Amino acid sequence: MHNILDTPVTTDDAPANVPQHNAASAGSRAWRLIVRFNTVLILIVLLVAASYVSPDFMTSANMANVARQVVTVGIMSMGMLLVVLTGGIDLSVGSVAALASVVTAMLIPEYGLPGAIACGLFAGVLCGLVSGSLVAHYQLSPFVVTLAMMTVARGAALIISKGAPTMVDDSGQALLDFGRDSWWIMPEPTVLMLAVFALGAVFLAYTRAGRIVRAIGSNEEAVRLSGVPVRRHLILAYLVSGLLAAGAGIISVGRAGVGSPTVSTGDELTVIAAVVIGGASLAGGRGTVLNTLVGVITLGVIGNIMNLASVPGYHQQVVMGVIIIIAILAQRGTRARA
Amino acid sequence: MTAFLSLQGVSKHFGGVYALRGVDFDVRAGEVHALVGENGAGKSTMMKIIAGNHQPDAGQLRQDGAPVRFRSPREALAQGVALIHQETALVPELSVAENVLLSQLPGILRRRAMQARAADLIRSLGFDIDPAARVATLSAAQRQVVEIAKALSLNVRLLVLDEPTAALAPSDAARLLTIVRGLRDRGVAVVYISHRLDEVFQIADRITVLKDGAVVDTLPPSALTMDSLIRLMVGRPLAALFPRREGVAIGPVILEVENLGRRGAVAGASLQVRSGEVVGLGGLIGSGRSELLRLIFGADRRDTGKVLVDGVDVTPRNPAAAVRAKIGLVPEDRKHQGAVLSMPIRINATMARLPDVSTWYGALRLAHEKRTVASLIAQLRIKARDMQVDVSTLSGGNQQKVVLAKWFHAEGKVILLDEPTRGVDVGAKVEIYQLINTLAARGMAVLVVSSDHNELIGLCDRILVMGAGRIRGELAPDRFSEENIVSMSLGMAIKAPQADAFTENHHA
Repeated sequence: MHNILDTPVTTDDAPANVPQHNAASAGSRAWRLIVRFNTVLILIVLLVAASYVSPDFMTSANMANVARQVVTVGIMSMGMLLVVLTGGIDLSVGSVAALASVVTAMLIPEYGLPGAIACGLFAGVLCGLVSGSLVAHYQLSPFVVTLAMMTVARGAALIISKGAPTMVDDSGQALLDFGRDSWWIMPEPTVLMLAVFALGAVFLAYTRAGRIVRAIGSNEEAVRLSGVPVRRHLILAYLVSGLLAAGAGIISVGRAGVGSPTVSTGDELTVIAAVVIGGASLAGGRGTVLNTLVGVITLGVIGNIMNLASVPGYHQQVVMGVIIIIAILAQRGTRARA
Repeated sequence: MTAFLSLQGVSKHFGGVYALRGVDFDVRAGEVHALVGENGAGKSTMMKIIAGNHQPDAGQLRQDGAPVRFRSPREALAQGVALIHQETALVPELSVAENVLLSQLPGILRRRAMQARAADLIRSLGFDIDPAARVATLSAAQRQVVEIAKALSLNVRLLVLDEPTAALAPSDAARLLTIVRGLRDRGVAVVYISHRLDEVFQIADRITVLKDGAVVDTLPPSALTMDSLIRLMVGRPLAALFPRREGVAIGPVILEVENLGRRGAVAGASLQVRSGEVVGLGGLIGSGRSELLRLIFGADRRDTGKVLVDGVDVTPRNPAAAVRAKIGLVPEDRKHQGAVLSMPIRINATMARLPDVSTWYGALRLAHEKRTVASLIAQLRIKARDMQVDVSTLSGGNQQKVVLAKWFHAEGKVILLDEPTRGVDVGAKVEIYQLINTLAARGMAVLVVSSDHNELIGLCDRILVMGAGRIRGELAPDRFSEENIVSMSLGMAIKAPQADAFTENHHA
């Protein structure tokens, strides 16, 4: 029951002479480290548990397998993080990936591989541009706008492909090789994903636009009243999300050898889960690239363990949901005590 | 006569810092006991202890002479102690009646009975608010009334009011004071916390001054003057609040506003501000002052008029254009509009001029930024552990200085200040006045909105008075007075100055 007195009060008074952390004892310093790296800790616990559950887990073949599997969700998560940082959400990433995969696979015979990839990426940018513009200029809810974009992009993919997967022909061989080959021990798509995350980290930490994207999610009005052009940075976040979703779709073409209008169905939810497990706040302003990557790997590892342990598919979904909640509660617990 | 509630030797510390040390305080039934002090003096902590949000580390609470412990706000409430906070805790989408009776809603709502009960409570406060209305549709004053009615529905014996008039227009504030007097006469004990000292003098039976977590003195208002009270709070007299500017040359006109208007807010306002000049925008709340500043800054869409800087038409369509035209705004609501509270000082301080701290291709120049912010922190005397701490951890005054730092960094020609010292303690106010003078001394045109008329009188070279969305006239220093500002805002004649002087609209 609500009560006027239960509402926590914050006033100007207290913080002035009350430091947030008192002189750090060893215990509180250790605790702060735990809080800071809680997502990493959760992952480590999982890895240890996984190696107990199945002896196959720690083999290099399995590791490479996991690394390959998380690529599409991973790349989409980087884009999603930008949008989530602004306080928005992008439900269209899975559909945009499918659209890009279809566009690319179908255009390879006509334009050659580079041209087709460019067209696929352009389709993603276009979707992001439309979503971002609607959010920025008409103050529409990101949820609703990208929900609409989700069905539009999926529908477009189905229309263009007439509902059937498109085989990649010989001129697209380089893309297939990319999907299959490894660079040293790391699958090439995984290398690309890590590069995307590295770029994302640099963008957020060392560029003006990255800082503005983060600030918008914390207090859009204060940013606007500082004379910062908010709209174009909002649009930028959705645009990059669309671009990366398209990139993920094209990589899935390389891996599967077909452009499919039904690929990545439901992936938007996995992507959001990864970002949230990575500690980002859906209210905006909070979230880091490293933790998002950890969130992606965490989800990938959970799925992999269950496959190794031969958990049936339907059961996996239930287990996955439960684990997501547990991971988030564990984080919340550590943060609240800080 | 025994006190209804007393604190005896109460101390409270957070980490290594004492928020309260050995405080003795009591409040009797049928008394209004005002609590004053600068921000950070410990008022908040004390009221949270009274209301059960915090427990004292040492000392004790006594109720009707017997020791008590309030382990939670709920326990305090059960003993008849309620706290009403400045930001109201009502549910906007529920009706007035539902809000008033929120903590005791029956399982099945009998709407008619609830509304009758709520209406009774509100009427007993001398107000008439439709109990079926949604709270979202009410004014700030009406919400305060609903909040008080909610406390009364629980048979409260001690009411703690924290800045109840902070968001109210003067007429509403006066009505609220009447309500508080009524409660006192019904035997309710009231602890009244306010930055508005004139109110405190009007309403308090006793005044306790807190400074640095300790009680300085408890006195009846008759034993105090405004001057002596301020001296108790900060250790310096009122006159010293407003540093005089020496040798600031008033130069050519920088800011010109012509016929600027927005339907329902501002009707065709025109004004000029010169280089080095501090011009006040006075008037009652709702007279269109903040709205005018926002129009000049391009924060709201205008219907008519234009804005010139240095004679060039720059009429901004949005804040970004205003900043390019060298106009800055310190908005009214620091927490929601002024600062990004969850980000560090460093990021906030350079927000209005990011190109300076980044390269042409958009990479941040972090080393340069750190040097820049370090010098801003020194120049504005922002008190913080370092520039990486979030603005939310700073006191109100230091938060406001960070917002000002942004415009120091932006190096504009025009600065618009909307309630620059709201929620800021007296010591920090003086520093902010000095900073405003510094901006003027640099040749900027300064336009200030304040509801604290003394502040305008102390700070400004002239005051433009607004009423009902238009500029009603101008006061020269020899006609500065609170009365004149209010009369002019209401469209009434003002008193003639002592000596022969000029005002724009009124000739004696």
